[in-house]
Amino acid sequence: MAIERLFRRRRTRGEGREVPELWIRCENCGAQLYKKDLEQNLGVCPHCGYHHRIPVEDWVKILADEGSFEATTGKIRPVDPLGFVDTEPYPERLARYQQKTGRPDAIYGGRAKIGGVPSVLLVMDYAFAGGSMGSVVGEEIARGAELAAEEDRALVIVTASGGARMQEGALSLMQMAKTTMALEFVFQKRLPYVSILTDPTTGGVTASFATLADVIFAEPGALIGFAGPRVIKQTIRQDLPEGFQRSEFLLKHGMLDAVVDRRKLKPELVRVLSLLYPGEVDAA
Amino acid sequence: MPLEFERPLIELEEKIRALEATAREQNLDLSEEIGLLKAKLARLEREIFEGLTPWQRVQLARAPGRPTTLDVAERLFEEFFELRGDRAFADDPAIVGGLARFEGRRVVFVGHQKGRNTKENIARNFGMPHPEGYRKAMRLMDLADREGLPFLAFIDTPGAYPGISAEERGQAWVIARSIQRMSRLKVPAVAVILGEGGSGGALAIGVGNRVLIMENAWYSVISPESCAAILWRDAKEAEKAAAALKLTAKDLLELGVVDRVVPEPGGGAHRNPEGAVRALREALVEVLGELEGLDAEALWWDRYRKFRALGAFAET
Repeated sequence: MAIERLFRRRRTRGEGREVPELWIRCENCGAQLYKKDLEQNLGVCPHCGYHHRIPVEDWVKILADEGSFEATTGKIRPVDPLGFVDTEPYPERLARYQQKTGRPDAIYGGRAKIGGVPSVLLVMDYAFAGGSMGSVVGEEIARGAELAAEEDRALVIVTASGGARMQEGALSLMQMAKTTMALEFVFQKRLPYVSILTDPTTGGVTASFATLADVIFAEPGALIGFAGPRVIKQTIRQDLPEGFQRSEFLLKHGMLDAVVDRRKLKPELVRVLSLLYPGEVDAA
Repeated sequence: MPLEFERPLIELEEKIRALEATAREQNLDLSEEIGLLKAKLARLEREIFEGLTPWQRVQLARAPGRPTTLDVAERLFEEFFELRGDRAFADDPAIVGGLARFEGRRVVFVGHQKGRNTKENIARNFGMPHPEGYRKAMRLMDLADREGLPFLAFIDTPGAYPGISAEERGQAWVIARSIQRMSRLKVPAVAVILGEGGSGGALAIGVGNRVLIMENAWYSVISPESCAAILWRDAKEAEKAAAALKLTAKDLLELGVVDRVVPEPGGGAHRNPEGAVRALREALVEVLGELEGLDAEALWWDRYRKFRALGAFAET
Protein backbone atom coordinates (compact mmCIF):
# COMPACT_ATOMS: atom_id res chain seq x y z
CA MET A 1 0.00 0.00 0.00
CA ALA A 2 2.69 2.44 1.04
CA ILE A 3 4.79 1.53 -1.97
CA GLU A 4 1.82 1.87 -4.27
CA ARG A 5 1.26 5.36 -3.01
CA LEU A 6 4.86 6.26 -3.49
CA PHE A 7 4.62 5.11 -7.09
CA ARG A 8 1.48 7.05 -7.69
CA ARG A 9 3.10 10.16 -6.40
CA ARG A 10 6.17 9.66 -8.52
CA ARG A 11 3.97 9.35 -11.53
CA THR A 12 2.09 12.56 -10.86
CA ARG A 13 5.42 14.27 -10.38
CA GLY A 14 6.62 12.79 -13.63
CA GLU A 15 3.69 14.44 -15.43
CA GLY A 16 4.99 17.74 -14.20
CA ARG A 17 2.29 18.32 -11.61
CA GLU A 18 2.87 19.23 -8.04
CA VAL A 19 2.16 16.84 -5.22
CA PRO A 20 -1.51 17.59 -4.83
CA GLU A 21 -2.18 16.77 -1.23
CA LEU A 22 -0.08 19.18 0.76
CA TRP A 23 1.64 21.88 -1.20
CA ILE A 24 0.53 24.35 -3.80
CA ARG A 25 2.37 26.99 -5.75
CA CYS A 26 1.04 30.55 -5.77
CA GLU A 27 -0.13 31.26 -9.32
CA ASN A 28 1.23 34.76 -9.11
CA CYS A 29 4.47 34.85 -7.09
CA GLY A 30 5.32 31.15 -7.26
CA ALA A 31 5.77 30.79 -3.52
CA GLN A 32 5.34 27.26 -2.20
CA LEU A 33 2.32 27.35 0.09
CA TYR A 34 1.05 24.79 2.50
CA LYS A 35 -2.36 24.05 1.05
CA LYS A 36 -4.10 24.18 4.39
CA ASP A 37 -2.61 27.60 5.08
CA LEU A 38 -3.86 28.87 1.73
CA GLU A 39 -7.31 27.47 2.44
CA GLN A 40 -7.39 29.09 5.84
CA ASN A 41 -6.37 32.32 4.16
CA LEU A 42 -9.44 31.96 1.86
CA GLY A 43 -7.25 31.30 -1.16
CA VAL A 44 -5.31 34.54 -0.80
CA CYS A 45 -1.53 34.14 -1.05
CA PRO A 46 -0.02 35.27 2.27
CA HIS A 47 3.09 36.48 0.43
CA CYS A 48 1.75 38.52 -2.47
CA GLY A 49 -1.99 38.83 -1.77
CA TYR A 50 -2.95 37.12 -5.03
CA HIS A 51 -6.56 35.95 -4.94
CA HIS A 52 -6.77 32.37 -6.21
CA ARG A 53 -10.03 31.02 -7.55
CA ILE A 54 -11.81 29.01 -4.87
CA PRO A 55 -14.57 26.41 -5.10
CA VAL A 56 -18.13 27.70 -5.05
CA GLU A 57 -18.84 25.92 -1.74
CA ASP A 58 -16.02 27.94 -0.18
CA TRP A 59 -17.74 31.14 -1.28
CA VAL A 60 -20.86 30.04 0.52
CA LYS A 61 -18.78 29.27 3.62
CA ILE A 62 -17.14 32.69 3.46
CA LEU A 63 -20.31 34.74 2.96
CA ALA A 64 -23.24 32.84 4.51
CA ASP A 65 -23.78 32.84 8.27
CA GLU A 66 -22.91 29.45 9.68
CA GLY A 67 -25.67 26.89 9.22
CA SER A 68 -27.93 29.33 7.36
CA PHE A 69 -27.40 28.10 3.79
CA GLU A 70 -29.97 26.04 1.98
CA ALA A 71 -29.26 25.27 -1.68
CA THR A 72 -32.01 26.00 -4.20
CA THR A 73 -30.06 25.58 -7.45
CA GLY A 74 -29.35 22.30 -9.21
CA LYS A 75 -32.91 21.31 -10.05
CA ILE A 76 -32.47 22.03 -13.72
CA ARG A 77 -29.88 20.77 -16.16
CA PRO A 78 -28.65 21.92 -19.57
CA VAL A 79 -29.80 20.43 -22.85
CA ASP A 80 -28.42 20.81 -26.36
CA PRO A 81 -30.95 23.02 -28.17
CA LEU A 82 -28.78 23.61 -31.25
CA GLY A 83 -27.23 20.16 -31.62
CA PHE A 84 -23.92 21.98 -31.31
CA VAL A 85 -20.72 20.26 -32.36
CA ASP A 86 -17.35 21.97 -32.52
CA THR A 87 -14.25 19.92 -31.81
CA GLU A 88 -16.54 17.80 -29.65
CA PRO A 89 -20.32 17.55 -29.20
CA TYR A 90 -21.75 19.92 -26.58
CA PRO A 91 -23.38 17.11 -24.53
CA GLU A 92 -19.97 15.46 -24.13
CA ARG A 93 -18.42 18.71 -23.03
CA LEU A 94 -21.24 19.17 -20.53
CA ALA A 95 -20.83 15.63 -19.18
CA ARG A 96 -17.14 16.27 -18.60
CA TYR A 97 -17.82 19.46 -16.62
CA GLN A 98 -20.66 17.83 -14.70
CA GLN A 99 -18.38 15.01 -13.67
CA LYS A 100 -15.61 17.43 -12.71
CA THR A 101 -17.79 19.72 -10.60
CA GLY A 102 -20.59 17.40 -9.48
CA ARG A 103 -23.18 19.97 -10.55
CA PRO A 104 -25.42 20.29 -13.60
CA ASP A 105 -24.13 23.71 -14.66
CA ALA A 106 -21.97 26.71 -13.80
CA ILE A 107 -23.90 28.06 -10.83
CA TYR A 108 -24.54 27.21 -7.20
CA GLY A 109 -26.60 28.98 -4.58
CA GLY A 110 -29.67 29.26 -2.42
CA ARG A 111 -31.21 30.86 0.64
CA ALA A 112 -28.77 32.19 3.22
CA LYS A 113 -28.40 34.73 5.96
CA ILE A 114 -25.56 37.18 5.57
CA GLY A 115 -24.84 39.04 8.80
CA GLY A 116 -28.42 38.19 9.71
CA VAL A 117 -29.85 39.65 6.51
CA PRO A 118 -32.11 37.13 4.76
CA SER A 119 -30.58 36.70 1.33
CA VAL A 120 -30.42 34.70 -1.83
CA LEU A 121 -26.75 33.97 -2.50
CA LEU A 122 -25.70 32.82 -5.98
CA VAL A 123 -22.15 31.90 -6.97
CA MET A 124 -20.95 31.35 -10.52
CA ASP A 125 -18.55 28.48 -11.10
CA TYR A 126 -15.61 29.26 -13.36
CA ALA A 127 -14.54 25.61 -13.19
CA PHE A 128 -17.64 24.69 -15.21
CA ALA A 129 -17.11 25.75 -18.84
CA GLY A 130 -15.46 29.00 -17.78
CA GLY A 131 -18.54 30.04 -15.86
CA SER A 132 -20.30 30.62 -19.15
CA MET A 133 -23.95 31.65 -19.12
CA GLY A 134 -26.32 29.43 -21.06
CA SER A 135 -29.99 28.77 -20.45
CA VAL A 136 -29.47 27.10 -17.07
CA VAL A 137 -27.30 29.83 -15.57
CA GLY A 138 -29.72 32.46 -16.87
CA GLU A 139 -32.70 30.60 -15.48
CA GLU A 140 -31.07 30.11 -12.06
CA ILE A 141 -30.22 33.81 -11.85
CA ALA A 142 -33.78 34.73 -12.84
CA ARG A 143 -35.27 32.27 -10.35
CA GLY A 144 -32.88 33.52 -7.66
CA ALA A 145 -33.99 37.10 -8.24
CA GLU A 146 -37.65 36.08 -8.20
CA LEU A 147 -37.13 34.07 -4.99
CA ALA A 148 -35.45 37.04 -3.34
CA ALA A 149 -38.38 39.27 -4.27
CA GLU A 150 -40.96 36.73 -3.20
CA GLU A 151 -39.40 36.11 0.23
CA ASP A 152 -38.13 39.66 0.85
CA ARG A 153 -34.49 38.69 0.69
CA ALA A 154 -31.45 40.59 -0.45
CA LEU A 155 -29.82 39.30 -3.62
CA VAL A 156 -26.07 38.66 -3.61
CA ILE A 157 -24.32 37.30 -6.70
CA VAL A 158 -20.66 36.31 -6.90
CA THR A 159 -19.67 36.35 -10.58
CA ALA A 160 -16.91 34.53 -12.46
CA SER A 161 -17.56 34.07 -16.15
CA GLY A 162 -16.07 34.33 -19.59
CA GLY A 163 -19.49 35.49 -20.82
CA ALA A 164 -22.44 33.99 -22.62
CA ARG A 165 -22.09 30.34 -23.68
CA MET A 166 -21.45 29.93 -27.40
CA GLN A 167 -22.87 26.40 -27.61
CA GLU A 168 -26.41 27.64 -26.96
CA GLY A 169 -26.15 30.42 -29.54
CA ALA A 170 -28.77 33.17 -29.45
CA LEU A 171 -30.51 31.49 -26.51
CA SER A 172 -27.45 32.33 -24.38
CA LEU A 173 -27.61 35.91 -25.60
CA MET A 174 -31.26 36.08 -24.54
CA GLN A 175 -30.27 35.20 -20.97
CA MET A 176 -28.83 38.70 -20.73
CA ALA A 177 -32.29 40.16 -21.25
CA LYS A 178 -33.98 37.55 -19.10
CA THR A 179 -31.73 38.05 -16.06
CA THR A 180 -31.89 41.82 -16.41
CA MET A 181 -35.67 41.78 -16.45
CA ALA A 182 -35.96 39.38 -13.51
CA LEU A 183 -33.98 41.85 -11.36
CA GLU A 184 -36.92 44.23 -11.76
CA PHE A 185 -38.85 42.37 -9.06
CA VAL A 186 -36.00 42.85 -6.58
CA PHE A 187 -35.80 46.56 -7.35
CA GLN A 188 -39.56 47.04 -7.19
CA LYS A 189 -39.63 45.65 -3.68
CA ARG A 190 -36.73 47.90 -2.69
CA LEU A 191 -34.59 44.95 -1.80
CA PRO A 192 -30.82 45.30 -2.10
CA TYR A 193 -28.85 43.67 -4.87
CA VAL A 194 -25.08 43.44 -4.45
CA SER A 195 -22.70 41.86 -6.93
CA ILE A 196 -19.19 40.69 -6.21
CA LEU A 197 -17.11 40.49 -9.36
CA THR A 198 -14.25 38.01 -9.26
CA ASP A 199 -11.58 37.06 -11.76
CA PRO A 200 -12.60 36.95 -14.56
CA THR A 201 -15.98 38.53 -15.25
CA THR A 202 -16.37 39.43 -18.91
CA GLY A 203 -18.75 39.44 -21.87
CA GLY A 204 -22.45 38.88 -21.50
CA VAL A 205 -22.37 38.55 -17.74
CA THR A 206 -20.67 41.91 -17.26
CA ALA A 207 -22.99 43.36 -19.89
CA SER A 208 -26.12 42.29 -18.04
CA PHE A 209 -27.04 41.47 -14.43
CA ALA A 210 -23.53 41.69 -12.93
CA THR A 211 -23.17 45.44 -13.41
CA LEU A 212 -26.78 46.35 -12.62
CA ALA A 213 -26.32 45.86 -8.87
CA ASP A 214 -27.01 48.64 -6.36
CA VAL A 215 -23.50 48.12 -5.06
CA ILE A 216 -20.67 46.49 -6.99
CA PHE A 217 -17.69 44.98 -5.19
CA ALA A 218 -14.71 43.49 -6.97
CA GLU A 219 -11.78 41.40 -5.86
CA PRO A 220 -8.26 42.84 -6.16
CA GLY A 221 -6.66 42.25 -9.53
CA ALA A 222 -9.78 40.71 -11.09
CA LEU A 223 -10.11 41.00 -14.87
CA ILE A 224 -13.45 42.66 -15.58
CA GLY A 225 -14.72 43.96 -18.89
CA PHE A 226 -16.83 43.57 -21.98
CA ALA A 227 -14.35 42.21 -24.50
CA GLY A 228 -11.47 39.98 -23.46
CA PRO A 229 -7.95 41.42 -23.67
CA ARG A 230 -7.03 39.09 -26.54
CA VAL A 231 -9.90 40.32 -28.70
CA ILE A 232 -9.06 43.94 -27.95
CA LYS A 233 -5.41 43.38 -28.79
CA GLN A 234 -6.39 41.81 -32.11
CA THR A 235 -8.72 44.68 -32.92
CA ILE A 236 -6.43 47.58 -32.12
CA ARG A 237 -3.13 45.83 -32.86
CA GLN A 238 -1.21 47.38 -30.02
CA ASP A 239 -0.24 46.40 -26.49
CA LEU A 240 -2.68 47.07 -23.72
CA PRO A 241 -1.73 49.43 -20.89
CA GLU A 242 -0.57 48.02 -17.58
CA GLY A 243 -3.46 47.11 -15.29
CA PHE A 244 -6.03 47.56 -18.08
CA GLN A 245 -9.44 46.04 -17.21
CA ARG A 246 -8.31 45.13 -13.70
CA SER A 247 -10.44 46.02 -10.68
CA GLU A 248 -8.24 48.93 -9.62
CA PHE A 249 -8.40 50.43 -13.14
CA LEU A 250 -12.19 50.10 -13.16
CA LEU A 251 -12.52 51.63 -9.70
CA LYS A 252 -10.58 54.63 -10.97
CA HIS A 253 -12.87 54.87 -14.00
CA GLY A 254 -15.97 54.90 -11.82
CA MET A 255 -17.27 51.44 -12.64
CA LEU A 256 -17.08 49.88 -9.17
CA ASP A 257 -17.86 50.88 -5.60
CA ALA A 258 -15.02 49.09 -3.85
CA VAL A 259 -12.17 46.69 -4.40
CA VAL A 260 -12.11 44.50 -1.33
CA ASP A 261 -9.68 41.86 -0.11
CA ARG A 262 -11.50 38.55 0.19
CA ARG A 263 -10.50 38.27 3.84
CA LYS A 264 -12.34 41.52 4.61
CA LEU A 265 -15.24 41.05 2.23
CA LYS A 266 -17.88 39.59 4.53
CA PRO A 267 -17.93 42.47 7.04
CA GLU A 268 -18.02 45.00 4.19
CA LEU A 269 -20.87 43.15 2.51
CA VAL A 270 -22.78 42.95 5.78
CA ARG A 271 -22.39 46.70 6.31
CA VAL A 272 -23.81 47.43 2.88
CA LEU A 273 -26.65 44.93 3.19
CA SER A 274 -27.67 46.18 6.62
CA LEU A 275 -27.68 49.78 5.35
CA LEU A 276 -29.83 48.85 2.38
CA TYR A 277 -32.06 46.09 3.68
CA PRO A 278 -35.48 47.49 4.60
CA GLY A 279 -36.70 44.60 6.76
CA GLU A 280 -35.77 43.25 10.13
CA VAL A 281 -32.27 41.86 10.56
CA ASP A 282 -31.59 38.98 12.95
CA ALA A 283 -28.66 39.69 15.25
CA ALA A 284 -25.90 37.49 13.89
CA MET B 1 -18.12 43.09 -55.89
CA PRO B 2 -20.69 40.34 -56.19
CA LEU B 3 -20.63 37.45 -53.76
CA GLU B 4 -19.28 34.18 -55.11
CA PHE B 5 -22.68 32.45 -55.25
CA GLU B 6 -24.28 35.42 -57.00
CA ARG B 7 -21.97 35.17 -60.04
CA PRO B 8 -24.18 32.90 -62.19
CA LEU B 9 -27.09 35.31 -61.65
CA ILE B 10 -25.08 38.34 -62.56
CA GLU B 11 -23.69 36.66 -65.67
CA LEU B 12 -27.18 35.74 -66.78
CA GLU B 13 -28.42 39.25 -66.14
CA GLU B 14 -25.61 40.62 -68.26
CA LYS B 15 -26.54 38.23 -71.04
CA ILE B 16 -30.14 39.42 -70.92
CA ARG B 17 -29.07 43.04 -70.98
CA ALA B 18 -26.79 42.40 -73.96
CA LEU B 19 -29.57 40.65 -75.82
CA GLU B 20 -31.95 43.49 -75.10
CA ALA B 21 -29.40 45.96 -76.39
CA THR B 22 -28.92 43.94 -79.57
CA ALA B 23 -32.64 43.75 -80.11
CA ARG B 24 -32.92 47.49 -79.72
CA GLU B 25 -29.96 48.38 -81.89
CA GLN B 26 -30.70 45.98 -84.71
CA ASN B 27 -34.45 46.27 -84.40
CA LEU B 28 -34.89 42.52 -83.94
CA ASP B 29 -37.60 40.66 -82.08
CA LEU B 30 -35.74 38.63 -79.48
CA SER B 31 -38.55 38.69 -76.95
CA GLU B 32 -38.89 34.93 -76.96
CA GLU B 33 -35.21 34.34 -76.19
CA ILE B 34 -35.22 37.09 -73.60
CA GLY B 35 -38.34 35.71 -71.99
CA LEU B 36 -36.76 32.28 -71.72
CA LEU B 37 -33.62 33.71 -70.18
CA LYS B 38 -35.65 35.73 -67.70
CA ALA B 39 -37.55 32.64 -66.64
CA LYS B 40 -34.23 30.84 -66.28
CA LEU B 41 -32.91 33.71 -64.19
CA ALA B 42 -35.90 33.58 -61.86
CA ARG B 43 -35.53 29.81 -61.54
CA LEU B 44 -31.80 30.01 -60.89
CA GLU B 45 -32.29 32.77 -58.33
CA ARG B 46 -34.87 30.70 -56.49
CA GLU B 47 -32.63 27.66 -56.56
CA ILE B 48 -29.60 29.51 -55.28
CA PHE B 49 -31.45 31.36 -52.55
CA GLU B 50 -33.38 28.35 -51.32
CA GLY B 51 -30.16 26.41 -50.92
CA LEU B 52 -28.10 29.11 -49.22
CA THR B 53 -25.86 27.91 -46.41
CA PRO B 54 -25.82 29.83 -43.12
CA TRP B 55 -22.40 31.21 -44.01
CA GLN B 56 -23.71 32.50 -47.35
CA ARG B 57 -26.51 34.25 -45.49
CA VAL B 58 -23.96 35.86 -43.20
CA GLN B 59 -22.25 37.16 -46.34
CA LEU B 60 -25.57 38.50 -47.63
CA ALA B 61 -26.18 40.20 -44.29
CA ARG B 62 -22.89 42.05 -44.83
CA ALA B 63 -23.21 42.62 -48.57
CA PRO B 64 -22.37 46.08 -49.86
CA GLY B 65 -25.53 47.87 -50.89
CA ARG B 66 -27.64 46.23 -48.21
CA PRO B 67 -29.92 48.92 -46.77
CA THR B 68 -28.50 50.46 -43.59
CA THR B 69 -30.59 52.12 -40.89
CA LEU B 70 -30.50 55.49 -42.63
CA ASP B 71 -31.31 53.89 -46.01
CA VAL B 72 -34.32 52.28 -44.37
CA ALA B 73 -35.29 55.51 -42.60
CA GLU B 74 -35.24 57.42 -45.91
CA ARG B 75 -37.59 54.94 -47.56
CA LEU B 76 -39.74 53.87 -44.61
CA PHE B 77 -40.61 57.22 -43.06
CA GLU B 78 -42.61 60.05 -44.56
CA GLU B 79 -40.14 62.32 -42.79
CA PHE B 80 -37.49 62.07 -40.13
CA PHE B 81 -35.22 64.33 -38.14
CA GLU B 82 -31.95 62.94 -36.83
CA LEU B 83 -31.06 63.68 -33.22
CA ARG B 84 -27.45 63.51 -32.16
CA GLY B 85 -25.25 63.20 -29.13
CA ASP B 86 -25.43 61.46 -25.77
CA ARG B 87 -25.46 64.73 -23.77
CA ALA B 88 -22.51 63.42 -21.77
CA PHE B 89 -19.45 62.80 -23.89
CA ALA B 90 -19.84 62.61 -27.65
CA ASP B 91 -21.97 61.80 -30.65
CA ASP B 92 -21.35 58.25 -31.78
CA PRO B 93 -21.79 57.96 -35.55
CA ALA B 94 -22.16 54.15 -35.22
CA ILE B 95 -25.63 54.66 -33.76
CA VAL B 96 -28.20 57.00 -35.29
CA GLY B 97 -31.69 57.88 -34.29
CA GLY B 98 -34.32 60.53 -34.12
CA LEU B 99 -37.92 61.54 -34.66
CA ALA B 100 -39.93 60.23 -37.55
CA ARG B 101 -43.35 59.87 -39.07
CA PHE B 102 -44.32 56.34 -40.06
CA GLU B 103 -47.60 55.71 -41.85
CA GLY B 104 -49.02 58.86 -40.30
CA ARG B 105 -47.99 58.15 -36.72
CA ARG B 106 -45.11 59.80 -34.88
CA VAL B 107 -42.35 57.44 -33.72
CA VAL B 108 -38.85 57.54 -32.24
CA PHE B 109 -36.23 55.37 -33.92
CA VAL B 110 -32.69 54.28 -33.28
CA GLY B 111 -30.32 51.99 -35.15
CA HIS B 112 -26.76 50.90 -35.71
CA GLN B 113 -25.28 52.67 -38.70
CA LYS B 114 -22.73 51.14 -41.02
CA GLY B 115 -21.10 53.10 -43.82
CA ARG B 116 -22.17 52.73 -47.43
CA ASN B 117 -18.53 52.68 -48.57
CA THR B 118 -15.09 52.30 -47.00
CA LYS B 119 -14.64 55.96 -46.17
CA GLU B 120 -18.05 56.14 -44.52
CA ASN B 121 -17.44 52.84 -42.78
CA ILE B 122 -14.31 54.17 -41.15
CA ALA B 123 -16.22 57.24 -39.96
CA ARG B 124 -19.04 54.99 -38.67
CA ASN B 125 -16.56 52.54 -37.09
CA PHE B 126 -18.16 49.76 -39.19
CA GLY B 127 -21.31 50.05 -37.10
CA MET B 128 -19.53 49.15 -33.86
CA PRO B 129 -20.74 51.55 -31.17
CA HIS B 130 -18.86 53.02 -28.23
CA PRO B 131 -20.64 53.57 -24.90
CA GLU B 132 -21.80 57.02 -26.02
CA GLY B 133 -23.77 55.35 -28.82
CA TYR B 134 -25.80 53.35 -26.34
CA ARG B 135 -26.23 56.43 -24.16
CA LYS B 136 -27.68 58.19 -27.19
CA ALA B 137 -30.03 55.23 -27.69
CA MET B 138 -31.12 55.46 -24.04
CA ARG B 139 -31.68 59.17 -24.35
CA LEU B 140 -34.01 58.45 -27.27
CA MET B 141 -35.82 55.81 -25.21
CA ASP B 142 -36.39 58.47 -22.54
CA LEU B 143 -37.79 60.73 -25.21
CA ALA B 144 -40.11 58.04 -26.60
CA ASP B 145 -41.47 57.45 -23.10
CA ARG B 146 -41.94 61.11 -22.35
CA GLU B 147 -43.79 61.77 -25.57
CA GLY B 148 -45.59 58.44 -25.57
CA LEU B 149 -44.30 57.51 -29.02
CA PRO B 150 -43.68 53.98 -30.31
CA PHE B 151 -40.00 53.03 -30.38
CA LEU B 152 -38.39 51.35 -33.38
CA ALA B 153 -34.88 49.89 -33.23
CA PHE B 154 -32.87 48.74 -36.24
CA ILE B 155 -30.07 46.31 -35.50
CA ASP B 156 -27.06 46.04 -37.78
CA THR B 157 -23.75 45.63 -36.00
CA PRO B 158 -20.93 43.10 -35.94
CA GLY B 159 -20.84 43.89 -32.21
CA ALA B 160 -20.11 46.68 -29.75
CA TYR B 161 -16.59 48.05 -30.28
CA PRO B 162 -13.92 46.08 -28.43
CA GLY B 163 -11.33 48.77 -27.76
CA ILE B 164 -9.49 50.52 -24.96
CA SER B 165 -11.59 53.68 -24.95
CA ALA B 166 -14.81 51.67 -24.99
CA GLU B 167 -13.71 49.61 -22.01
CA GLU B 168 -12.55 52.68 -20.09
CA ARG B 169 -15.95 54.24 -20.52
CA GLY B 170 -17.79 51.13 -19.38
CA GLN B 171 -18.95 49.33 -22.52
CA ALA B 172 -20.37 46.42 -20.52
CA TRP B 173 -22.04 48.71 -17.99
CA VAL B 174 -23.77 50.78 -20.64
CA ILE B 175 -24.97 47.74 -22.61
CA ALA B 176 -26.50 46.31 -19.42
CA ARG B 177 -28.18 49.68 -18.77
CA SER B 178 -29.48 49.90 -22.30
CA ILE B 179 -31.02 46.41 -22.10
CA GLN B 180 -32.64 47.44 -18.82
CA ARG B 181 -33.79 50.80 -20.14
CA MET B 182 -35.35 49.32 -23.23
CA SER B 183 -37.10 46.61 -21.22
CA ARG B 184 -38.70 49.40 -19.16
CA LEU B 185 -40.18 51.32 -22.09
CA LYS B 186 -43.75 52.42 -21.46
CA VAL B 187 -44.46 52.49 -25.19
CA PRO B 188 -44.61 49.77 -27.86
CA ALA B 189 -41.10 48.70 -28.84
CA VAL B 190 -40.22 46.84 -32.02
CA ALA B 191 -36.71 45.69 -32.90
CA VAL B 192 -35.72 44.71 -36.43
CA ILE B 193 -32.52 42.89 -37.26
CA LEU B 194 -31.62 44.41 -40.62
CA GLY B 195 -28.26 42.79 -41.25
CA GLU B 196 -25.88 41.70 -38.53
CA GLY B 197 -27.04 41.04 -34.97
CA GLY B 198 -23.70 40.69 -33.20
CA SER B 199 -24.10 39.75 -29.57
CA GLY B 200 -24.63 42.15 -26.65
CA GLY B 201 -24.01 45.17 -28.84
CA ALA B 202 -27.10 44.15 -30.82
CA LEU B 203 -29.26 43.07 -27.90
CA ALA B 204 -28.68 46.45 -26.20
CA ILE B 205 -31.36 47.81 -28.56
CA GLY B 206 -33.11 44.48 -29.11
CA VAL B 207 -35.51 44.21 -26.18
CA GLY B 208 -38.65 44.73 -28.19
CA ASN B 209 -42.21 43.56 -27.63
CA ARG B 210 -41.74 42.13 -31.07
CA VAL B 211 -38.44 41.20 -32.64
CA LEU B 212 -38.40 40.97 -36.43
CA ILE B 213 -35.58 39.81 -38.64
CA MET B 214 -34.90 40.29 -42.32
CA GLU B 215 -34.75 36.98 -44.17
CA ASN B 216 -31.00 37.10 -44.79
CA ALA B 217 -29.91 38.72 -41.53
CA TRP B 218 -28.15 36.88 -38.69
CA TYR B 219 -28.29 37.23 -34.90
CA SER B 220 -26.25 35.37 -32.34
CA VAL B 221 -24.18 35.38 -29.19
CA ILE B 222 -20.95 35.79 -31.14
CA SER B 223 -19.83 36.32 -34.73
CA PRO B 224 -18.97 33.15 -36.67
CA GLU B 225 -15.34 34.30 -37.02
CA SER B 226 -14.85 34.89 -33.28
CA CYS B 227 -16.64 31.66 -32.43
CA ALA B 228 -14.38 29.76 -34.82
CA ALA B 229 -11.29 31.43 -33.40
CA ILE B 230 -12.21 30.28 -29.90
CA LEU B 231 -13.73 26.84 -30.45
CA TRP B 232 -11.82 25.71 -33.55
CA ARG B 233 -8.80 27.90 -32.79
CA ASP B 234 -9.00 29.10 -36.38
CA ALA B 235 -11.10 32.01 -37.66
CA LYS B 236 -11.11 30.34 -41.09
CA GLU B 237 -13.55 27.77 -39.75
CA ALA B 238 -16.21 30.50 -39.67
CA GLU B 239 -18.32 28.57 -42.14
CA LYS B 240 -18.64 25.67 -39.69
CA ALA B 241 -19.28 28.04 -36.81
CA ALA B 242 -22.01 29.83 -38.79
CA ALA B 243 -23.81 26.52 -39.25
CA ALA B 244 -23.33 25.41 -35.64
CA LEU B 245 -24.59 28.68 -34.13
CA LYS B 246 -28.06 28.41 -35.73
CA LEU B 247 -27.98 32.10 -36.49
CA THR B 248 -30.24 32.33 -39.53
CA ALA B 249 -33.69 33.90 -39.52
CA LYS B 250 -35.39 30.53 -39.91
CA ASP B 251 -33.42 28.97 -37.05
CA LEU B 252 -34.13 31.93 -34.79
CA LEU B 253 -37.83 31.76 -35.52
CA GLU B 254 -37.81 28.10 -34.47
CA LEU B 255 -35.88 28.94 -31.28
CA GLY B 256 -38.40 31.66 -30.45
CA VAL B 257 -35.72 34.35 -30.44
CA VAL B 258 -37.51 36.28 -33.18
CA ASP B 259 -41.25 36.61 -33.74
CA ARG B 260 -41.35 37.13 -37.45
CA VAL B 261 -39.17 36.87 -40.54
CA VAL B 262 -39.50 39.68 -43.07
CA PRO B 263 -39.14 38.23 -46.58
CA GLU B 264 -36.52 39.80 -48.81
CA PRO B 265 -37.02 40.23 -52.54
CA GLY B 266 -35.38 37.68 -54.85
CA GLY B 267 -31.64 38.19 -54.91
CA GLY B 268 -31.59 39.73 -51.44
CA ALA B 269 -32.15 43.17 -49.94
CA HIS B 270 -28.86 44.54 -51.29
CA ARG B 271 -30.07 44.08 -54.86
CA ASN B 272 -33.51 45.49 -54.20
CA PRO B 273 -33.62 47.77 -51.16
CA GLU B 274 -36.99 49.19 -52.23
CA GLY B 275 -38.57 45.76 -52.18
CA ALA B 276 -37.03 44.94 -48.83
CA VAL B 277 -38.33 48.11 -47.22
CA ARG B 278 -41.77 47.52 -48.71
CA ALA B 279 -41.97 44.14 -46.98
CA LEU B 280 -40.65 45.65 -43.76
CA ARG B 281 -43.29 48.38 -43.88
CA GLU B 282 -46.07 45.81 -44.11
CA ALA B 283 -44.70 43.84 -41.17
CA LEU B 284 -44.19 46.94 -39.01
CA VAL B 285 -47.70 48.22 -39.66
CA GLU B 286 -49.06 44.89 -38.52
CA VAL B 287 -47.02 44.47 -35.34
CA LEU B 288 -47.48 48.10 -34.29
CA GLY B 289 -51.19 47.57 -34.77
CA GLU B 290 -51.06 44.63 -32.38
CA LEU B 291 -49.28 46.67 -29.72
CA GLU B 292 -50.84 50.08 -29.94
CA GLY B 293 -53.80 49.36 -27.70
CA LEU B 294 -51.66 48.17 -24.77
CA ASP B 295 -50.83 50.34 -21.76
CA ALA B 296 -47.39 50.65 -20.13
CA GLU B 297 -47.93 47.82 -17.70
CA ALA B 298 -49.30 45.43 -20.28
CA LEU B 299 -46.37 46.25 -22.54
CA TRP B 300 -43.87 45.51 -19.75
CA TRP B 301 -45.47 42.17 -18.98
CA ASP B 302 -45.61 41.35 -22.67
CA ARG B 303 -41.84 41.93 -22.92
CA TYR B 304 -41.13 40.14 -19.67
CA ARG B 305 -43.07 37.02 -20.63
CA LYS B 306 -41.38 36.93 -23.99
CA PHE B 307 -37.80 37.07 -22.70
CA ARG B 308 -38.44 35.14 -19.49
CA ALA B 309 -39.51 32.14 -21.55
CA LEU B 310 -36.37 32.04 -23.69
CA GLY B 311 -33.90 29.26 -22.97
CA ALA B 312 -33.82 25.48 -23.11
CA PHE B 313 -33.23 23.21 -20.12
CA ALA B 314 -34.62 20.13 -18.42
CA GLU B 315 -35.94 19.69 -14.90
CA THR B 316 -33.99 17.00 -13.04
